[in-house]
Amino acid sequence: MSETITLSVDGEEITIEPKRTVAAALMLAAERPAWRRTRFNNEPRGLFCGIGVCFDCLVTVNGEASLRACLIPAEDGMVIETSERGTR
Amino acid sequence: MSKENSVRQKHCDVVVIGAGPAGLAAASQASGAGAQVLLIDQSLRPGGQFWRHASEEHDADPGRWHHGWNTYTQLAKVLERAIGTGRVEHLSGHHVLTGERTGTGLGLTVQPVPELADGVRGLITVEAPAVVLCPGAYDRQLPVPGWTLPGVMAAGGVQAFIKTQGAAPGRRAVLAGTGPFLLSAAASVIQAGGEVAAVCEAADLTGWVPHGVAAALVPSKGLEGAEYISLLAKHRVPYLRRTAVTAIHGEQRAEKVTVSRLDRHGAVVAGTEKHFNDVDLVGLGWGFVPQSELVVQFGAQTRIDIDGSLIGVVDTRQHSSVEGLYLAGEITGVAGATAAVAEGRIAGYAAAWMAGYRVRGARQAAAAQRDKILRANHRAFARAMHTAHPLPAGWESWMQEETTVCRCEEVPYHRIRESTETLSAQEPRGLKGTTRTGMGWCQGRICGAAAICLAKSSGDQRKEQAARAVAKRPLAAPVRLSDLAESRAQTRPLKAP
Repeated sequence: MSETITLSVDGEEITIEPKRTVAAALMLAAERPAWRRTRFNNEPRGLFCGIGVCFDCLVTVNGEASLRACLIPAEDGMVIETSERGTR
Repeated sequence: MSKENSVRQKHCDVVVIGAGPAGLAAASQASGAGAQVLLIDQSLRPGGQFWRHASEEHDADPGRWHHGWNTYTQLAKVLERAIGTGRVEHLSGHHVLTGERTGTGLGLTVQPVPELADGVRGLITVEAPAVVLCPGAYDRQLPVPGWTLPGVMAAGGVQAFIKTQGAAPGRRAVLAGTGPFLLSAAASVIQAGGEVAAVCEAADLTGWVPHGVAAALVPSKGLEGAEYISLLAKHRVPYLRRTAVTAIHGEQRAEKVTVSRLDRHGAVVAGTEKHFNDVDLVGLGWGFVPQSELVVQFGAQTRIDIDGSLIGVVDTRQHSSVEGLYLAGEITGVAGATAAVAEGRIAGYAAAWMAGYRVRGARQAAAAQRDKILRANHRAFARAMHTAHPLPAGWESWMQEETTVCRCEEVPYHRIRESTETLSAQEPRGLKGTTRTGMGWCQGRICGAAAICLAKSSGDQRKEQAARAVAKRPLAAPVRLSDLAESRAQTRPLKAP
């Protein structure tokens, strides 16, 4: 197993430690505290419960939408799409 | 991860749901007695939320983030051996959607967790004479202005992040709510290299005084608490009693926190605001909510515990009111991991006995006696803890008109007030119908505690009805309609397992 893995986040490549969840990769490596906007108020949302209960951290991974970023182990070559490009 | 698409039906002697402290203990006890055990768990690795950890490949010393790690490694070793001999099948990365009584026993439908399944979606049905349900709990929440901002997390989520990632999800944190768990979460942040600006405890802690005897029954808890306090003192972290976070500010994320003193009814004392600037992480926790949906689905008897949680009623063998259904851990009352392990062992033994695997002897009797004492002492400690750390009755005093209550459906506080005052939505189901509170993705798991308070459900019976209404979910885990449709289509001829 290599020391780092590479993911694509909204078309941008990030390099991370292999133990990261997708949520942790977004927060720690991509410096993205939020990666979704709410339907009604267009509010930014990120990680809240951290254990798969709240569904706030939804993200699209390898084309599959509405997955909980807190539960997904990051894998080399994963393509992550958020609805919140570049919000810092 | 099990990927055998063809296996659609499973039978065994004992099903254990959940591989946290209670579930691991139950599986080890039941398999040790000779029963064929199916252990179903949402996560890829055993341990539950309490012993959540990265794989050893990624973290050579996961024990440094944990308490009772030796107990975990012992249980994990037993599990591994039992998996090796075929006595236990570990169905990891799966969640239970439904549970019901069948003519001959108890039936479950199980599905791979979509996030962990690489596109595998088929349903599995399981039938067994005995089920030990150990679903655990998640953080209880109260809304506060600004709590939907990124950077605001459940206190348990902060700790789960640190345990698996070995890093804190922020640089400078405020932990707030009530209960000793806040100290544990704060200690984790410090251990991971973060800074803790303050820990805000809504209770004044004098509630512990009349319960000194109960606390003395569990010296390990006192020791653990003393460790946290001394770590926080060393890092000069203010531990603010009778104080709550009353607003969180920021544009795109949490940046600043306002805290206020509470009066003895838990309402905000005007003019006592203090501000913590430069805060990028807020961890909120008001105790825990046991995951009760499967208990409600099975139709087992429930009651409201001293902390307000909906819990399953059990006898001394952890048996519920439903034949063959045993409950262990937080679902019988939030009491922590040591109580959960003791209850898990008692339940696992009883479930195996029921399935026809009977172990007798002096050693077993002595072990069972020890577990009963552990259970009693930790339950007494938990009662003292819950009494000393109640939800502040006056929490609505920090709400603002626009504060979001239901995060999924973005329902503001004023809309709920209008509904309860003018439409007489006096229970959570009424609130749901009139405001959509609790109808979103999380199915009221996050806003449920607040909805029960706001719907003015008073009196134990009303409260239990309200809590059962919140916990009544046709599926215990949210499922996409497309997955269900696909599964139906796949449930063609069944291959024998």
